[in-house]
Amino acid sequence: MPVRSIIVGIDSPETLSQALGSALYLPDDGLATAAYLALALGKPLLLEGAPGVGKTEAAKAISAVLARKLMRLQCYEGIDAAAALYEWNYPRQMLAIRQAGEEYVNIYRDDFLISRPMLEALQKPDSTLLLIDEIDRSDHEFEALLLEFLSDFQISIPERGTIRAHEHPVVVLTSNRTRELHEALRRRCVYHWIDYPDAAREAQIVMMRASSVAEGTARAVVKAVGSLRQEALAKPPGVAETVEWAEAATVLAGQGADWPTAFKRSIGVALKDQDDLVYLDDRLDAIIQGAAA
Amino acid sequence: MTAALPQAARPFVEFPGLLRAHGFAVAPEQTVGFIEAVGLLGPRSMGDIYQASRALLGPQPDRLDEFDALFRVFFFGQTLAAPAMSEDEGDELRVQEDGDSLIEPEAGDLNESGGQATKAEHLNVRHFAEVDEATVLRRFRRAAPARLPMRRAYRRRATARGGDSWNLRQALREAVRRDGEVLRLLRMRRKLKQRRILLLIDVSGSMKTATDGYLRLSHSLGRAAESLEVFTLGTRLTRITRAIRRRQRDQALAMTSDLVSDWDGGTRIGDALLAFLAVPRFAGFARGSLVVVLSDGLERGDHAAMTDATQKLTRLAWRLEWLTPDAVPSADGMGFQPQTQALKAILPYVDHLGDGSSVETVANRLLHIARESRS
Repeated sequence: MPVRSIIVGIDSPETLSQALGSALYLPDDGLATAAYLALALGKPLLLEGAPGVGKTEAAKAISAVLARKLMRLQCYEGIDAAAALYEWNYPRQMLAIRQAGEEYVNIYRDDFLISRPMLEALQKPDSTLLLIDEIDRSDHEFEALLLEFLSDFQISIPERGTIRAHEHPVVVLTSNRTRELHEALRRRCVYHWIDYPDAAREAQIVMMRASSVAEGTARAVVKAVGSLRQEALAKPPGVAETVEWAEAATVLAGQGADWPTAFKRSIGVALKDQDDLVYLDDRLDAIIQGAAA
Repeated sequence: MTAALPQAARPFVEFPGLLRAHGFAVAPEQTVGFIEAVGLLGPRSMGDIYQASRALLGPQPDRLDEFDALFRVFFFGQTLAAPAMSEDEGDELRVQEDGDSLIEPEAGDLNESGGQATKAEHLNVRHFAEVDEATVLRRFRRAAPARLPMRRAYRRRATARGGDSWNLRQALREAVRRDGEVLRLLRMRRKLKQRRILLLIDVSGSMKTATDGYLRLSHSLGRAAESLEVFTLGTRLTRITRAIRRRQRDQALAMTSDLVSDWDGGTRIGDALLAFLAVPRFAGFARGSLVVVLSDGLERGDHAAMTDATQKLTRLAWRLEWLTPDAVPSADGMGFQPQTQALKAILPYVDHLGDGSSVETVANRLLHIARESRS
């Protein structure tokens, strides 16, 4: 396996961390190290974590840093080779056969082949980043298909033979851990468990993502979100929700509402589940007051 | 092999070995990756080595503490303290998982009628009811694959007739064979798959006589069903899926009884259900599944939590069935009358409140759901 210690000027986790920062993503040390190692070792990067901690964002930021096109494959139950690898354009093939009449026609030419994200990543390994998103939603059959792809980086098309990448493509997998992934799949990847960012980092993220938000507001929102995540909620607010809440509260405050009211009225962007709102009903004021103070 | 390695690389081979000895799955290729990673990072500090081990040896998040402890023991020469046990009050509700963790149930947790007693009693009951229950379970296992509830699969398969979309791939293949002549258009359809079943078994003191039977039934169900999740609810929530899905029944039951540390404790069903729903991964098990709660619903004190949890559960689930051992048939003979306040409160939210007084009634109910839901 080729080990490259420098990838487009990135020679250590720290430089990658800085580069990600300029792509508006603030990774923690563990993520920067894992991502750097994945790139250097040519292995896929597997990111697991609760919904909304920024797994997909991390992949987008890495693709921005490497100046590669992001090929996103959203997994779902029942996803199969036709959606992930390739498919033949059957109607066009049929037409070609009809038109050719007695002539010989090659219906397995490139222009009849529809590349799906995984094949495209193999064909252009140096200019794409393949993001296989929410792999825990797919079923075991697809995981097995992926296993083959990730270990050899090749695809066999019966009519065409084996297509192999001339270098290891950059692959990022994400999982919400709604189910356990197969050990064999984890083994092939560089693994990182993304946690919610700590308060200071999250405040930084808020200010970076939403320039209109003042530092005090960012701190208050992060504190409130921190206490919300301590509660047993069906859908704890993710990082994106924190940013949106800070923005929404800033807008309302700009129209003359006082801060606790602004937070309270814009709670809908942070908590998107009626049950959670009802559950927190009597404590929400206290949480907001505590954070806004 | 180790002899051929440079002295400096030896610890990085031995550490994965130590992990393996403690039940972590580490493949040789991961060890190679780990050594490469350490080299790439410098290593400038122990922090680098730690980060590299986290990234390449990939410990599961729920075993991270154990991993960290082993790392400290190996690289910093710390001595391993006795497994740190959090001293939790009986009131504290914790989620336990049946990962192969080394955590033993704390001695303080087992009250007098705890795990040991259950095992002893278990033998008695089985002796007494051997023939009858064994037959029930055998019949159940034979009948279950065909009679458990199904759902439509998301994937399309080729079919000779019927079906809801064209099978273009197959049609083209045939056309190529006949010089482009299409004689027939084939179709595809979505097959039927068995729906996931989620069993939530109450193991509190009031259910003492019923739990053993329920567990044996869960094992049979596990052998027959494609997709099954089993949890026990008591003062704690324990996931026993992996234990109960063992092939050997005795092994499965022994593992389960080791795993569950709150046998015959108090009843806090509402809180246990809420704890279940609060873990997104677990709540995901309920989505679109057949959820069967085996509990008498004898909630101590206020039952608001239980009502709340049931409402949430019923919205996630495809169908929510509540089977209770002390069910009394209602006057019209169609259903069952709730006997406790808590059960009365949840009645509007469950699809069916039924009889769970014996293994046989529960087994029959499970086999009957698919038919009833179709009509």
